[in-house]
Amino acid sequence: MYAQLIKAEHAGDEDTARAEAFQQRIDAGEKIEPKDWMPEGYRRTLIRQIGQHAHSEIVGQLPEGNWITRAPTLERKTILLAKVQDEAGHGLYLYCAAETLGVSRDEMTEMLLDERMKYSSIFNYPTLTWADMGAVGWLVDGAAIMNQVPLQRTSFGPYARAMIRICKEESFHQRQGFDIMNRLANGTPEQHRMAQNALDRFWYPSLMMFGPSDAESVHSEQNMAWKIKMNGNDELRQKFVDLTVPQAEYLGLTIPDETLRWNDEKGGYDFAGPDWGEFFDVIKGNGPCNRERLEARRKAWDDGAWMRDGLLAHAEKKAARAAKAAA
Amino acid sequence: MGMDAPTNEKPEWPLWEVFIRGQHGMSHRHFGSLHAPNAEMAIKAARDVYTRRKEGVSIWVVPANEITASSPSDKGPLYEPAEDKVYRHPSFYKIPDDIGAM
Repeated sequence: MYAQLIKAEHAGDEDTARAEAFQQRIDAGEKIEPKDWMPEGYRRTLIRQIGQHAHSEIVGQLPEGNWITRAPTLERKTILLAKVQDEAGHGLYLYCAAETLGVSRDEMTEMLLDERMKYSSIFNYPTLTWADMGAVGWLVDGAAIMNQVPLQRTSFGPYARAMIRICKEESFHQRQGFDIMNRLANGTPEQHRMAQNALDRFWYPSLMMFGPSDAESVHSEQNMAWKIKMNGNDELRQKFVDLTVPQAEYLGLTIPDETLRWNDEKGGYDFAGPDWGEFFDVIKGNGPCNRERLEARRKAWDDGAWMRDGLLAHAEKKAARAAKAAA
Repeated sequence: MGMDAPTNEKPEWPLWEVFIRGQHGMSHRHFGSLHAPNAEMAIKAARDVYTRRKEGVSIWVVPANEITASSPSDKGPLYEPAEDKVYRHPSFYKIPDDIGAM
């Protein structure tokens, strides 16, 4: 998922009666809207989670943008352009949802750039071949959907509404990824090897997207009570593996896990977890592309400053002229 | 909507609420929000962000700070009076079967 390791902020010392009434509203399935009273912890946790999700959409454009100019056909190129454009839109929907909680988009951007806020670990891995566009759509978007579909029912209204729009568009992303994999897996032996290699590199980082085991997370319980987190990390990871393994079999590709076995008793696959040492290292900033990603975002922000200022100045000038003409 | 002005020293593009009318004669519906320097740019951005899949045929943009919203604490006085007025719904009235559809 795009939001990992979201800590629950403590409710603070607000009067418990209000907090209890708030919890009852959530338990009754009511949506919380921006102007409603909410515990400070709920507000702060949501800003962090939605912000991290938004940043992931934006940073997530980079590994795919890398292949726009090198897509193998014009059709693939237009599809990839559309997908990357969607990611920008998803980021925007989410920033707007977070803004209703009293933080500005520019503030959030600055928190990303000075590393006070994070984005998903997955986007710190490089996209080395065209097959990676397939693996990213199929596995990364596939994993994201596992988390995003239940979030359509999250308790915070603007977040839930953003997720509904995102989910509608996200299934195109996963399908186009699978389509790339399908073509390559059934292509020349070299193309097949390329697809296998992409799966080999993206499998474990995709499993990491769900975050560490819930048993190790002290924040899950509060976030689940608030309906900010809808499912356990292990539960979603299992679901993802169970859905993805048959798809890999269809493609004639091998999941890089020798321990992978169907377990009749639990009605799901037994599989090896990722290397959590690597995960925490990537989160800390030491993944293969962390520095490159942040540098690209900082450059875009700095290089775009004159454009943001210029458009604002132009708008002010036009407004002043219109006011003068009307006077 | 419904947030305090951001406490940023640098000016930020104002927030606009976007309303879009779909193809089938429905009214404009709130779709989301976006930042833009003025109304003209807000329309252009709304076109890019919210109508990439033929979602609409008409766009309205409204400065978010121009919207006045009812207060959540007024929920009771505003909406509770409707609760005991079931006679405002057609289902309140029993029409004899012999009459047929009405």
